[in-house]
Amino acid sequence: MSTVTSPDQTGRKMTPKSMVGWGAVAIVGAVCWTVLALARGENVSALWILFAALSSYAIAYRFYSRFIAYRVLGVDNTRATPAERLENGVDFDVTDRRVLFGHHFAAIAGAGPLVGPVLAAQMGYLPGTIWIIVGVIFAGAVQDMVVLFFSMRRDGKSLGQMVREEIGTVGGIAALIAVFSIMIIILAVLALVVVNALAASPWGVFSIGLTIPIALFMGYYLRYLRPGRVMEVTAIGVVLLVLAILGGNYVQQMGLANALTLSPNKLVLALVVYGFLASILPVWMLLAPRDYLSTFMKVGVIVLLAVGLVIARPALQSQAVTSFALNGNGPVFAGKLFPFVFITIACGALSGFHALIASGTTPKMINKESHVRMIGYGGMLTESFVAISALIAASVINQGIYFAINSPVGSTGGQPGAASEFIRTLGFTISPADLAAAAKSVHEITLISRTGGAPTLAFGISLVFTKAFGGGLAAFWYHFAIMFEALFILTAVDAGTRVGRFMLQDTIGNVWHRYADISWKPASWSASAVVVALWGYMLYVGVNDPIGGIYQLFPLFGISNQLLAAIALTLCVTLLFKHGKARYVWVPGIALAWDLIITMTATWQKVFSDDVKIGFFQQRSVFQAALDKGALIKPAKTLDQMQQVITNVTVDGLLAALFALLTLTVVASAIPVWIKAARDGALPTTEVPRQPSHLVAPAELFATAQEKQAVREYEDSQRKLATAGRSR
Amino acid sequence: MRTHAIKAVRGIRWYLKQVSGEAKWDEYLQRARGEDMEPMSRRDFERHRSEHKENNPQARCC
Repeated sequence: MSTVTSPDQTGRKMTPKSMVGWGAVAIVGAVCWTVLALARGENVSALWILFAALSSYAIAYRFYSRFIAYRVLGVDNTRATPAERLENGVDFDVTDRRVLFGHHFAAIAGAGPLVGPVLAAQMGYLPGTIWIIVGVIFAGAVQDMVVLFFSMRRDGKSLGQMVREEIGTVGGIAALIAVFSIMIIILAVLALVVVNALAASPWGVFSIGLTIPIALFMGYYLRYLRPGRVMEVTAIGVVLLVLAILGGNYVQQMGLANALTLSPNKLVLALVVYGFLASILPVWMLLAPRDYLSTFMKVGVIVLLAVGLVIARPALQSQAVTSFALNGNGPVFAGKLFPFVFITIACGALSGFHALIASGTTPKMINKESHVRMIGYGGMLTESFVAISALIAASVINQGIYFAINSPVGSTGGQPGAASEFIRTLGFTISPADLAAAAKSVHEITLISRTGGAPTLAFGISLVFTKAFGGGLAAFWYHFAIMFEALFILTAVDAGTRVGRFMLQDTIGNVWHRYADISWKPASWSASAVVVALWGYMLYVGVNDPIGGIYQLFPLFGISNQLLAAIALTLCVTLLFKHGKARYVWVPGIALAWDLIITMTATWQKVFSDDVKIGFFQQRSVFQAALDKGALIKPAKTLDQMQQVITNVTVDGLLAALFALLTLTVVASAIPVWIKAARDGALPTTEVPRQPSHLVAPAELFATAQEKQAVREYEDSQRKLATAGRSR
Repeated sequence: MRTHAIKAVRGIRWYLKQVSGEAKWDEYLQRARGEDMEPMSRRDFERHRSEHKENNPQARCC
């Protein structure tokens, strides 16, 4: 067999033509950033943000990610990947780089990059823009790519396994508990976003509810009617989905409006029951078809949003930096720009959860080592672009409406009059009539205190699309956007519950072997029930929190996601040390240092701050002292609510402290390994020894003429081998 | 111009088949033919694939 390989990329020099090209990209980027830094006032176009982002991504990808791939990691395309060595057509499966990019992107991108930036917009558009772009380039995309690489070199081991084997048992156990508990928080907060989007919205409940029978139908179709025809059934599903959204407009006429106007607690119950059933039903029935729909919607809406923004060229309505960024007294979440903007925007800038996916199925499907660059780094840049689009959509909304939607009901009172007065105290003006008109324009009962980000984003998207593609459809676009967010949050909840169940069964299985048997019903049902109960409890807490579920829990979500990133980055630093690459440790090192600074500051403030708006334990003691005297503190209206606040903040504070402690345990157990490795020059690792690769494939996204020729020759030789094999 | 359009449509079709996993069946048929083996029915083949998904859930991120 021939051992032709694609040309190595390291030796390539820049041609004068490409220098001019990249110079132009750099100039566009510099101009956009200058405009963003200097322009103030009414008419700053959103496109400056869009193009500042795109040019920065392009430069970072071309130069920084290439440096990381070829210098820091030393990707080697003559070395066989696990997919090539262990190919079994199922887990280990050599996959085209562009196809794998699609799979990986669909797995990492969800509602996170849409929600965080929307909430962070309370501090103005500039802090979020800077963090999303700088954060992804130096932290988020680096983490994704480096974890993907190291997992690939270890036959696709998971993050937890790698921490245990490369750092130590204590670190490994801490990482395992951290991963599991962080996943529970993430599921609860995502579910909370859905509840807030669907409560008192019969249209939304109608169309989201119909996705269940649609998915069941698709599952039946694929199983019995026409097995395997995924594209066909997805097309049918999407048509039905659009009909479900359109049909929602007529719930009133159908006499369903009252029945479908659900209270938040009813929705919690519905979600918990749904989550449990979805995790024990066979995947072909509900989960798989839902995933097809959600992936299609995800990509479709993102592309549509980018096109819509370019056509509509909306002007930014929010200030560059609001006073909330400096005073820390914003109504959406408490705390100052540092560290809370970095906590609120996790997905899109740096998301620890991605490390689980980069050490899951993706590393087992990579064709050539150099592909970690476009899949890991490139995939995360794409997610960052989604976050930027969401930030823009939130920043083009009238600021009075933005704050009316996003302030907790304890502040706005939930009524147009009171809300309008509250907005005035924030320094913005919006009349009660305008608030009512905004809700009416998207056929919602009210938009006041619809926290969680989804309604805001949907409102922003409907503004952009109405401007870009013509009027009259504002309500349709709003519900279209709600549907798209709810759909993939529900997919994340399904899949997350299932993954959590497997983790739990696996862990308990270490002690009680039979429990690990995934086909043993008592084990799978009880493990599912435990996982659902855990996130269901946090969801219930969030929904009924008198202070506001998003206001209290979203920071916890951000902190936990970033702490997971700290664990992943600690692993990256450890492995570079152990591989004798101490001089490149700064690459994940700066990301880790920054991540630890923001997460530890944020955790410290959330746990110990004596500002009653921020510190959970301060809230506890203030509310407890008042309750002891039988007094009420706003926004609690009854003594029961006072007690509820006390219970919730105790749980929240303990969780925040627990996550930080687990992360510090991992870091602390890694430091001795760093020192030893630095002293000895290197340490043995679990990396699988090099074996030569026989596959031929282009190294980068765009194949060179030389590479195309090499691939053609390789394919011809393979075909000849196959025919020879048959005639023998 | 027309050849470009045809190429683009083919490319998109190829990509969708790959991403959706439909191409797995074609690949399997081709392999079976190469190895002179009687291929299983598509229904059985897809059941095998969904059985695997059943036990190897992939997390979806936020």
